[in-house]
Amino acid sequence: MSLVTRAPAHSPEVDSRAARRGALYVAEYRLRSMWKWRRSIITDGLGNPILYLTSIGLGVGSLVNANLGPTGIDGVPYLVFLAPALITAAAMQGVMNEIMFPTLAGFLWDKGFFAMRATPISGGQIADGLLLAASARIVFTSVVYWLVLLAFGAVGWSSALTLIPVAILAGISWGAAMLAATANVKDDSGFISLVMRIVIMPMFLFSGTFYPLSTLPIAVQWIGWISPLWHATELGRWLSYGMAMPPWQVAISLAYLIALGVLGLILARRRFERRLTS
Amino acid sequence: MISANGLTKRYGDFTAVDGIDFEVARGESFGILGPNGAGKSTTMRMIAATLLRTSGDLTILGKDPSREGPAIRAHLGVVPQQDNNDAELTVRENLYVYGRYFGLPRSYLKPRIEELLAFAQLEDKRDTKIDALSGGMKRRLTIARGLINDPEILMLDEPTTGLDPQARHILWDRLFRLKEDGATLVVTTHHMDEAEQLCDRLVVMDRGHVVAEGTPASLIREYASKEVVEVRFGSDRNAEIAPLIADIGERAEILPDRILIYTEAGEESLQAIVARGFSPVTSLVRRSSLEDVFLRLTGRTLEDE
Repeated sequence: MSLVTRAPAHSPEVDSRAARRGALYVAEYRLRSMWKWRRSIITDGLGNPILYLTSIGLGVGSLVNANLGPTGIDGVPYLVFLAPALITAAAMQGVMNEIMFPTLAGFLWDKGFFAMRATPISGGQIADGLLLAASARIVFTSVVYWLVLLAFGAVGWSSALTLIPVAILAGISWGAAMLAATANVKDDSGFISLVMRIVIMPMFLFSGTFYPLSTLPIAVQWIGWISPLWHATELGRWLSYGMAMPPWQVAISLAYLIALGVLGLILARRRFERRLTS
Repeated sequence: MISANGLTKRYGDFTAVDGIDFEVARGESFGILGPNGAGKSTTMRMIAATLLRTSGDLTILGKDPSREGPAIRAHLGVVPQQDNNDAELTVRENLYVYGRYFGLPRSYLKPRIEELLAFAQLEDKRDTKIDALSGGMKRRLTIARGLINDPEILMLDEPTTGLDPQARHILWDRLFRLKEDGATLVVTTHHMDEAEQLCDRLVVMDRGHVVAEGTPASLIREYASKEVVEVRFGSDRNAEIAPLIADIGERAEILPDRILIYTEAGEESLQAIVARGFSPVTSLVRRSSLEDVFLRLTGRTLEDE
């Protein structure tokens, strides 16, 4: 027994590198953990679009198209109308796994964040690192979803550069918001199922996902207006098949998504640091 | 290495650490002894630069933790009270990932991890997930993890609490080797035997205050006698008999379950008790320990809540 490997641990370069790159090290750790779940991430990434597009896109779509003709909703086949909503929803749902579980684990289950915070890494860098790694999952989910959409003929090649970025933006923005929310959870019993039931499900159902928001009674349309899914879906439809959308609405939707992400990350950073140092 | 002056931490109206002073020198093994809630862990977290102090001065490795937290933490090893290794990763991965948080390169970490696995006697478990480790193994891993950055100070919060006796002895042996290698250790504990085993010098804390400071031997000399006679007469009769035998030693403590007589010669005192016609249900003559020091200083035992 002797501990002799000494030199680099004490160099000033190592110290300043650690202080600068903390978020990257946290992301590196998260990717390593996610790699252990690669099978379920891939299954989820492929299975989700295939199931939705088959059952609703083709199944429900054939009914819609039969009733409204081939120019179903918005003058496009139902599948084309549906595609932007589904890819965005998938990005937003995928990110939750990589935000809520590790955050609850880090603060409550195995308290790993407290171990990280005992190193040069700050609480804010832990929040950044988590979101960074979750973004990798968002990119993966969005690209896979888009490929399946392409295979189903729901989108054209040109949408790669528009629809995928919108889905990624929505995913990251939503991830940041969920990061801030989860960082406040003191008692995890039922938190995840609560979020699923009172946030995710209503958002998925009332954001103009399956039909235009305007067909809903005005009394529940507000759910869509505050929903990042609706804003991202509108942008996606505008970009993918040219749905009519006035410039001011494009600006609002884009600003809403960016603001949600920035605000979420600022709050999350602050909450992480405070919770790990009190 | 560490210097605290009037160090204070308040949470609202509650003062967890109330103006304590201490110094820790390089190569020293320094202990903070006290019952649960004495302020030990709070003090540790302030030293570890993960909790800001309310007032007072604190210097660690020549730096102020309020302003240079990351630079201080880069050179500390922290072993928290509760093991917080990552359950999804293997033993080796836990060490590797933790080393990365310090910005350490692969070329350093690879051989360092091998050394630490040997040190922690976890070579066979390198690819095992954390869940499959025993309590003692998890603890050794947490200590190995705390050493990954070759820290200048290793801080151990209750290092063996909750372990079985055999696992404790293995751990003490590992820590003793570190001490022999010249490591600077800061240890909190509410086990007096642990403090006696590991600490060159210690402070006794109670309710946020330092109530005594010294080497284990000097504290025992100062606050306790050489030997102690423990006698039990049954819970009902202890209080009744105590005044009748209290004068036999230098001092007596009456606990609910036993009477302690502090004396220079234990066997003789026990004989004196018997000579007065009292026959205890059980009796024990032992050397004084830090437990007795604590009892003297606070009127409570270390295990009391």
